[in-house]
Amino acid sequence: MTDITDRDLPLPAENRAPRTHGVLHWLRVNLFSSIFNTLLTLLALYLLAITIPPVIRWALVDAIWSAPNGNACRGDGACWAFVGEKLRFIVFGRYPYDQQWRPLLVVLIFVSLIIASCNRRLWGRRLGALWLGGLVAVGVLMWGGVAGLPYVETLLWSGLPLTLILAVVGMAFGFPLGILLALGRRSDLPAVRAICVAYIELVRGVPLITVLFMASVMLPLFLPSGFTVDKLLRAQIAFILFAAAYLAEIVRGGLQAIPKGQVEAADALGLGYWQRTRLIVLPQALALVIPPLVNTFIGAFKDTSLVIIIGLFDLLGTVNAALSDANWQGFYVEAYVTVAAIYFCFCFFMSRYSQMLEREFNKSRRR
Amino acid sequence: MAENTPEPGQTKIELRHVHKWYGDFHVLTDINLEVGKGERVVVCGPSGSGKSTMIRCINRLEEHQRGQILVAGIELTADIKNIEAIRREVGMVFQQFNLFPHLTVLQNLTLAPIWVRKTPKKEAEEAARYYLERVRIPDQADKFPGQLSGGQQQRVAIARSLCMKPEIMLFDEPTSALDPEMIKEVLDVMVELAEEGMTMVCVTHEMGFARTVADTMVFMDRGEIVERSPPKEFFANPKSDRTKLFLSQILAH
Amino acid sequence: MAGATAGIVRPKRPPPWNDPRVRGIIFQVLFVAAVLGIGAFLVHNTLVNLHRQNIATGFGFLGREAAFGIGESLIEYAPSDTYARAFLVGLTNTLYVAALGIVLATIVGTVMGLARLSGNWLVRKLAQVYVETFRNIPLALQLFFWWGLLRQGAPAPRQAWHLLPGVLVSNRGIVFPVPQPSPVYGWMGLALLIGVAATWAVRRWATQRQARTGAPFPTGWAGVALIAGLPLAVFAAAGAPLHLDMPELHGFNFSGGTSLSPEFGALLIGLVVYTGTFIAEIVRAGILAVSWGQSEAAMALGLSQGQRMRLIVLPQALRVIIPPMTSQYLNLTKNSSLAVIIGYPDLVSVANTTMNQTGQAIEGITLIMAVYLTISLTISASMNLYNRAVALVER
Repeated sequence: MTDITDRDLPLPAENRAPRTHGVLHWLRVNLFSSIFNTLLTLLALYLLAITIPPVIRWALVDAIWSAPNGNACRGDGACWAFVGEKLRFIVFGRYPYDQQWRPLLVVLIFVSLIIASCNRRLWGRRLGALWLGGLVAVGVLMWGGVAGLPYVETLLWSGLPLTLILAVVGMAFGFPLGILLALGRRSDLPAVRAICVAYIELVRGVPLITVLFMASVMLPLFLPSGFTVDKLLRAQIAFILFAAAYLAEIVRGGLQAIPKGQVEAADALGLGYWQRTRLIVLPQALALVIPPLVNTFIGAFKDTSLVIIIGLFDLLGTVNAALSDANWQGFYVEAYVTVAAIYFCFCFFMSRYSQMLEREFNKSRRR
Repeated sequence: MAENTPEPGQTKIELRHVHKWYGDFHVLTDINLEVGKGERVVVCGPSGSGKSTMIRCINRLEEHQRGQILVAGIELTADIKNIEAIRREVGMVFQQFNLFPHLTVLQNLTLAPIWVRKTPKKEAEEAARYYLERVRIPDQADKFPGQLSGGQQQRVAIARSLCMKPEIMLFDEPTSALDPEMIKEVLDVMVELAEEGMTMVCVTHEMGFARTVADTMVFMDRGEIVERSPPKEFFANPKSDRTKLFLSQILAH
Repeated sequence: MAGATAGIVRPKRPPPWNDPRVRGIIFQVLFVAAVLGIGAFLVHNTLVNLHRQNIATGFGFLGREAAFGIGESLIEYAPSDTYARAFLVGLTNTLYVAALGIVLATIVGTVMGLARLSGNWLVRKLAQVYVETFRNIPLALQLFFWWGLLRQGAPAPRQAWHLLPGVLVSNRGIVFPVPQPSPVYGWMGLALLIGVAATWAVRRWATQRQARTGAPFPTGWAGVALIAGLPLAVFAAAGAPLHLDMPELHGFNFSGGTSLSPEFGALLIGLVVYTGTFIAEIVRAGILAVSWGQSEAAMALGLSQGQRMRLIVLPQALRVIIPPMTSQYLNLTKNSSLAVIIGYPDLVSVANTTMNQTGQAIEGITLIMAVYLTISLTISASMNLYNRAVALVER
C-alpha cells in the first residue's frame, strides 16, 4: 500500500511535532491551563507576594548581625546576633565549656555513622561493628573518666548530642526488643502471645509523655531502696520501651509479608525455629521494612524533644534556656527558626533517603 | 467468514491524517483508516508500533494532535459532549480487564446502563444477566471480580461493555494478560460476537483468531500503517518487507 | 494386627522431653512465672518505697479538695472542687481540643493532599513545601513557636489586631462575638434535625425512583438545600433576630463575647498544621493507589468525571485512606498531651499538677494511661470493624 516514508529526508511541515517546548508552553500547561487553574495561580502568586518580601526584609535586609546585648539588637529585622551569641549554648548546652570538643566529636561520629549506613554496600556485619565501635566511642567521649578525659556527669549532657544519643540508643536497643516482641506476637504459645500483645497495645495506646513520666517517676520506686537511677538512663529506658512497641509492629508487618513457602522450605531442610528465624525469615522481613524503619527513626529523633518535661535539656530544652537570659529577651522567633533548621536538616535528608530506598525496593520487586 | 465492504453512509470509524506526538516522539504518523459497519479489523505489529495508541484515540483515552477522527458520524474533538456521546457507542475491552473490584459482577455490568443511559434497575439487571449468559458465566453474577479467574474476568469485561449496547467494540490485546489455558474461552466469545455482525477493531497477537474472524488485517510499525489487506492476501502474500519480517517472527512457532 | 482396637493405630507418644506440646507448656509456665516474678519484685519494692516516703496509695485522693485553679474549662470548676472534678475538666479539655483538631486537620490535610495532586505546578510545589516543612520539625518546637507568636507577637488588648468586626487578636488570646441566647436557635436546631431527616427521606425516594425509572436525582444538592436552607428559613421567618454579644475593651482586657486563650490557640494550630501534613500524604497516596485503569474503564463506559470520582475512584481510595487516617487521629489525640509544655490544662497537665500536690504519681499515671488506652482501643476496634466491612472480596 503506502510506501515507507524515507526518514532521512527533512520532515515535511505537517510531520513536525507541535510546539511542546519553551517557557510559554510550560506556563500554559502548568499554570494557566484552565480558568480555575489561572485563578489558583493568581491566588498563589498573591499569597507569595504578601508573605515573601516581608520575610526577606525581616530576615536579611533589616537584620542585625552583631550586637553586644539584647537592647542593642531591637529593630525591625531579625536579631541574628542573638543566634551567634547563643549558638554554642544551644548546640552543646551545659556541657563544660572547655570540654565541648568532645560532644562536637560525638555529633560528627553520629553524622558519619548515619551517612555510612546509607551506603548499601556496607550493610552487614561490618556496619554493625562500626556502630558498636561508634557507640562505645561516644560513651567514652561523653562520660570521660578514662584516658585522661575529665568526668562529666550525665546531667550536664545537653543539646544536640543528647538528642542524638537518646534517638540512636533508643532505636539501637529498641530494635532487638521489638524483634522479640514481634516474634512473640506471632508465636503459637498463647501465654507468650498474650503478654506481647498486651505490651505492644499498651505502649502504643498511650502518649510518649506518659511513658516518660512513668519512667521518670516510677523507676526509682521500682528499685530496692539505696539504688538510684540516673535521670538520663530513665529517659533512655522510656525511649527504648516506647520504640520497641512501634518497631515490633513494623517488624510484624514484614514477617507477615514473607510467603509461607519460605518457612516450609526451611522446615523441610531440617532447620529449627531459631535457626529458621535467624537465617531465613528475619533477613527477608527486615529488608522489606527498611523504609518504615527509617521513618521510625525520624520520628524518634523528633520525639526526643519531649524530654524537656522531665528536666533534661535536649536541643529544645537548651533553646528555651537560652531564651530565658535576661540580657537577651524576646528573640524567640530567631531561636526557634534556627533550631527548626537543625531538626529540619536531619529529618529532611533522612526522609529523602527513605523515599529513595522505597523507590529502589519497589523497582526491584516489580516483576 | 464473509467479507464486508463498507457501504457509503455505513462507515463507522474514520481516521484521516491522524498524527500524535508524545513530546518529540512521533507515535502516530499520518494514520488513515476506515472501518465500515459490521467490519472486523485486526491490527497487529511489533511492540511500540502505536497500535494500542491508535485504538485508544478512537474513544479519546488518548488525544490526537492533528487530523480528524469520526466515530459513528460524530467528530472527535475536545468537546466533552461529543466525547461522551462517542463513548456511549464504543465499548472497550482492556488487557488488564479493569473490572471494578468493590462491586459485584452484576453491579459492574449494570453501573454504566443505570448512570449513563438512565436505564431502570430491573431492566439493566435483566440485560446484564442476558449478557452473562452469552459469555457463559451466568452463575457468577453475585461474586466479586477478585473471586474469578482471569479468563472469567475478561469475559465479564466483555459483557460489561456489551451491556451498553455499543455499535463498535474495541479490543486492546484482550488475551495478552491471560494464562494460556484461558485464552480460548475469551477468543470463543469474541468469535461469536464477530459472527453476529459486531463492528470490531481488535489489537492482538492471536493470528489464528485473526485468520478466522478478520475482514481486514492492518499491520502497523513505528507509528504508521504499513500494510492493509484481507487476511488471505495478508498471510499468503505480504507486500512490504517489514510485514514479512514480522510475520516470520510471529508465526515461527 | 487384628483385635478389639483394629482399624485405629495411633502414633506412639514421644517422651515428654521431646514432645513439642509439653515443651511448649513448660516454656510458657516458666515465661509467665518469670514475668510474674519480676512483677512481684517491682511491686514489693514500690510498696516499700512508698511506705518509706509516706506517700499514700489508693484512689482516695480523688475525693479530696483540689485547691488549684484551672485556666480554662468547658464545665464549671472551682478550686474547692474535688480532684475527681479536676480530672474531668482535664478530660473534657483534651477531648475538646482533640475533636476540633481532628475536624480541622482533616480539612487542611485533604485540601493539601489534593493540592499535591493538582495540575497546577505552583499549587503543587507550595503544598509540597508545606508538607516537607512542618513534617520535619518536632511538634513540641512548633507548639512553642505558635505560643510565642500568640503571646509575645500579638499586641496588648488596646492595640489588638482587628481580623473581622468583633474578632480581635491580642496577647490575651482571640476574642470573638457570640450570639445571645434566643428561642430562635432552638427552633433552628429543630429545623436542622428535620432537614437531616428530610434529606434521608429524599435519598430513599430518589434511589427507589431511579431503580424504577432510571432517572437520577441530585440528592446531594437537595440535601445541602434542606440542611442549610430550613434553619435559615426559620431564622428569616422569625425576623432575623441576630443580637451579638460583642467583645468590648474595658480597661486592659475584653469583656463580653467569648475568648480562646493563646495556649489553646497554639495547641490547636500546632496540632492541625502538624497532623495535616501526614493526612495530606495519606490522601495523596490513597488517590494514587487507585490504578489508572479503573478511571480508563469508567471513561470508556461513558461515565462523567463526577460519576467516575463518586462511584469508582473515591470508594476505592477511601478504603486505602481511612485506616491510616484513623491512626493519625489517634496520634493527634495522643499528641494533645503536649499541652502540658505550654500550660494548656488538658488531662496530662491536670494530672501532673495533682501528682505534684499529692505525691501519688502511680495512681495519676494509671488514670492517664487508662483514659488514653480506652480512647485508643475504641478507635482501633472501630477501625477493625470498618476494615472487615469494606474489605474487597478476593479468592
